[in-house]
Amino acid sequence: MASIRELHQQLVSKARSARELTQETLQRIDATEPKLRSFLHLTADSAIARAEAVDAKIASGEDIGILEGIPIAIKDNMCTRGVPTTCASKILENYIPPYDATVVEKLSAAGAVSVGKTNLDEFAMGSSTENSAYQVTGNPWDTDRVPGGSSGGSAAAVAAGQCVVATGSDTGGSIRQPASFCGVVGLKPTYGLVSRYGLVAYASSLDQIGPFARTVEDAAIFLEALAGYDSKDSTSLKGDVPNYAAALESETIANLHGDKLKIGVIQETFGEGLDAEVDGAVKAALKVYEELGAEVEMVSCPTFRYGLPTYYVIAPSEASANLARYDGVRYGARAEAAENLIGMYAETRARGFGAEVKRRIAIGTYALSSGYYDAYYLKAQKVRTLICQDFKNAFAQYDVLVSPTSPTTAFKAGEKTDDPLSMYLSDLMTIPVNLAGLPSLSLPCGFDRQGLPIGLQIIGNVLQETKLLQVAQRYEQASEWHTKAPSL
Amino acid sequence: MLEREEVKKVAHLARLALTEDETDAFTGQLAQILDYVEQLNELDTDEVAPTAHAIDMRNVTRPDDLENYEHREDLLNAAPAREGDFIRVPKIL
Repeated sequence: MASIRELHQQLVSKARSARELTQETLQRIDATEPKLRSFLHLTADSAIARAEAVDAKIASGEDIGILEGIPIAIKDNMCTRGVPTTCASKILENYIPPYDATVVEKLSAAGAVSVGKTNLDEFAMGSSTENSAYQVTGNPWDTDRVPGGSSGGSAAAVAAGQCVVATGSDTGGSIRQPASFCGVVGLKPTYGLVSRYGLVAYASSLDQIGPFARTVEDAAIFLEALAGYDSKDSTSLKGDVPNYAAALESETIANLHGDKLKIGVIQETFGEGLDAEVDGAVKAALKVYEELGAEVEMVSCPTFRYGLPTYYVIAPSEASANLARYDGVRYGARAEAAENLIGMYAETRARGFGAEVKRRIAIGTYALSSGYYDAYYLKAQKVRTLICQDFKNAFAQYDVLVSPTSPTTAFKAGEKTDDPLSMYLSDLMTIPVNLAGLPSLSLPCGFDRQGLPIGLQIIGNVLQETKLLQVAQRYEQASEWHTKAPSL
Repeated sequence: MLEREEVKKVAHLARLALTEDETDAFTGQLAQILDYVEQLNELDTDEVAPTAHAIDMRNVTRPDDLENYEHREDLLNAAPAREGDFIRVPKIL
């Protein structure tokens, strides 16, 4: 499967038209969608129209941008004007946003061709995409298994060549864990690097949009298009967006030898609960880094294991407030039968939300309720401080930190749906990173005996996306995992 | 231990109409999750300040200027029950 740069060259040299590229992508979707079910809505007509506009531009001799004519997909929790945005929830079944999310606007302006909206766990709450109210997405490497979640549709679509790159959102691992399960690159940027305007809010202090791609370079190109200050998001960070892809080409870091890159391996992520094959693949990847000249050491982050319980107070608390807006009044579905307003709210929400969403709203409401606030919410916010401090200490000694992305490879559909807590555990290693607002990516580092991808998580310090991408690419160039594609 | 009555109270606060079966299931599941969360008490946080946002942030303000909004009809059409320029809701009083 071709990279963005290769496709761009083909378009510029007229070896292939943007229309042909889009049509081939749509055919690939037609052929694979019965098995994968990655998409909730396809936008074939507007994709063809956009591609034709790019072709007209090329024909007139104008230069085109790197993303112009490139087929992409958008996670269905990002608003698209005139195109349904359901968050995979019944409560937004008929919702057609009157505006574009900032990232959608940026990608349109960059000339990217969106082929559709991808499936997710309802309101991005989940780790397998099985919480979608509409369909279960298959993992391209074994369609009986889950693609991970919550951005499972985007991860599967990129892995299966249903698009070149796709957007995801990551609140506790929702980009990195599915990237790991589907064998692609997934990056969660520093909190505030990418605008959240138009991203349907789950847990606002943790949510962040980022790219899915098949190579580190594609992720870098796509991230650059997504990033940047936005006055419509009050948590958006000011400052220029680096040219991430150009930094990858730079001579000075072309070779790690002599560069004394210091990698800290988070000790607490190895041990009980970690699959032996995942353990083996990650340790083999660390060997590769050593051979490339990096210094690799174990580092302890003692509060790392408290990330998960902290998250399951903070995220549901924020969710319970954010999801209060779904009341059946201004948009979405409404349960009509109720006689009074309160009854209408309660019935609308009862019918519109799935079990996991209700569960998190209930936990959050409980944690914020009078008498429990200090014991749960305030306590979790204090532990969050300790977790941030642990990372700070580690980054005083190391350039990047690494761990497995998830303790296991993709599990079978239905295996964990009845046990919420065991489902939560698959995000054990990604969650602390969101609590600390740090950038982090998952990249393929092997396959288990069943042929399922394994992911390596690399964590950077605040706004160190460039270093993160450089370090990831060094490994990618020394390995061949990214050249393997699932057979469907 | 979380009681069934507490789940009912929380459901009311959150405006969620739960069935009897859902209430039973949630009582067990929420108790399990809260029990898991209890491990946070292993950490001494008496002298620790809370973190609401990991990245240091300040309030953002701007002048309250009027701007025209182009998609008024789309907003009204998004409502489940529209009547002219109004959104219908069940009787309040």
